[in-house]
Amino acid sequence: MSLTTAHSVVAPSANSKRIAGTIIVLYALISIVPLLWIFATSFKTPPDSIAYPPKVVFQPSIEGYCNLFTTRTRQTPEYINSLGPATGFCDETSRKRNMVIAGPSNFLPRFINSLIIAFGSTFCAVFLGTLSAYGFSRFKVPLADDLLFFILSTRFMPPIAVAIPIYLMYRELGLSDTALGMILLYTAVNVSLAVWLLKGFIDEIPREYEEAAMIDGYTRLQAFWRTVLPQATTGIAATAIFCLIFAWNEYAFAALLTSGTAQTAPPFIPTIIGEGGQDWPAVAAGTTIFLVPILVFTILLRKQLLRGITFGAVRK
Amino acid sequence: MLNRTAENVARATPEPLARKVRGISDKGLAWLFISPTILLLLAINIFPLFWAIYLSFTNFRANRPNEVVKNLGFANYQRILADQDIWIAMQTTAHFVFWTILLQTLIGFTLAWLIDRKFRGHAFWTTIILVPMMLSPAVVGNFWRFLYEPQIGLFAYAISFITRIPPTDIQMLSNVSLAPWSIIIVDTWMWTPYVMLICLAGLRSIPEYIYEAAEVDRASNWRQFWSITLPMALPFIMLAVLFRGIENFKMFDMVNLLTGGGPGSTTEVASITLKRQAFESWRTGYSSAFAIILFVAVFGLANIYVKALNKVKQR
Repeated sequence: MSLTTAHSVVAPSANSKRIAGTIIVLYALISIVPLLWIFATSFKTPPDSIAYPPKVVFQPSIEGYCNLFTTRTRQTPEYINSLGPATGFCDETSRKRNMVIAGPSNFLPRFINSLIIAFGSTFCAVFLGTLSAYGFSRFKVPLADDLLFFILSTRFMPPIAVAIPIYLMYRELGLSDTALGMILLYTAVNVSLAVWLLKGFIDEIPREYEEAAMIDGYTRLQAFWRTVLPQATTGIAATAIFCLIFAWNEYAFAALLTSGTAQTAPPFIPTIIGEGGQDWPAVAAGTTIFLVPILVFTILLRKQLLRGITFGAVRK
Repeated sequence: MLNRTAENVARATPEPLARKVRGISDKGLAWLFISPTILLLLAINIFPLFWAIYLSFTNFRANRPNEVVKNLGFANYQRILADQDIWIAMQTTAHFVFWTILLQTLIGFTLAWLIDRKFRGHAFWTTIILVPMMLSPAVVGNFWRFLYEPQIGLFAYAISFITRIPPTDIQMLSNVSLAPWSIIIVDTWMWTPYVMLICLAGLRSIPEYIYEAAEVDRASNWRQFWSITLPMALPFIMLAVLFRGIENFKMFDMVNLLTGGGPGSTTEVASITLKRQAFESWRTGYSSAFAIILFVAVFGLANIYVKALNKVKQR
């Protein structure tokens, strides 16, 4: 006879738990395969990456990363032999393929653009969003519900539909293909999320704290600064990460409104080509570098995820 | 004694009037806090929207800015509603939205229902399942082109391994009948976790005592599922469907990189048509009119749906 602990009559049986667990683990493993494949491909050589059958075991190489950060030109073996000894691994591998490194590729500048635009727009959206959310949460604003709905409704537009007039407007204002233009646009898109999420977080902070602070002689502004903001830090951080992820991942506006100097990584990565087609190890390397920050953020955010993806409509 | 304390407290408490004297009034502060957001949205969203409405009545072409702009009245709208290609694009969009939502809801709800058994390690595996939805649809969609490659692609290889169809025959992206499914598969892979997460919140919101009462009444598990679990999780499922519906109606990035609307126009969803008209054929006026029609359609459908959702919630 086994010892049984007291448990509720409705708790799932051990057997049903085991079956549920197996199915979930199987689903999780299958759904993660494409991502593992990206990671694996980034460490393959170009011939290994297009081998049939697909290679699961292979000799790892950083050639993909070399190709991602450099541009190379094909040269004759005589010319390559006339050069001095190879400097570094990347130089050596490209020479083995009868290539010479011609210079840095555009990946790094595009990646830096992504960083500038994502962080710039996140800062602006969270700044504006916090102020508005506090305004809507604490004061009687005339037509508050209509204004909040108006803020949200700007998200119903298909991005291409917004892009047509924005394209014309930016052309007139000289904002086409500039980081400033992209920051303004992403701020406008993200501010709706920021207002809705932060209003939920600020609504949860009891008004009594501010009222107590104001009785102690603080002005409304000081009370906001000293009591509300410190307590909303978690909410602000979660909101900021959601805005950051959106701006980081955004493709449609970036593809249509930037072409050169302000282009971000998402429209750039698909254009990485080698000789005779896409250079998949280099694409995979770029994709890996691009995805890692998001993976870290997803793990940090997992408790707030639900709230973020439903605009604060569902809270736990 | 007690009275005097109350008096002192009253005297020490600043009147609303006194508060106004120090610093800004509440009303002023409210507007100071809200107006920057409203101004930004007016400049970046509303002004362009009105510009698009104006353009939709003209024959303006963005690649010929110096040409004389003619007012066409409702001609653009009439032409769109009579345009066979537009209706085909709308059908393609409807096909895509229908199947992605159906699959995501079925799989997502099932996963949530299983995770709710709270087996050991469920939190860890849930986080793993959630990863695909946080990634860039464009960057990941682009990589799926590699997985879909006949022969060398992992997807084609896995399918041919299971079905014994030669891997060169699995042309997911270039076969006319398979291409629409290639985008449905990637979208379902990416966004099922989203539906799952919302369904999970719904299942966890059902109080345990309802199940206990059903157990006392000797209701079968089947009966409990249909009369407790599903109806009580329904508002959450509907919310997930609303968010996915809007997003997939607007779908652009993933489809643009996977198939670009091809082969031919078999996967040309509304956003792709819009992009082709606006940024390849440069029919700015015409595409603005199409954009306005799409906006009204999403807005109208979402409004009707939200009303239905509220009815379900109130039941």
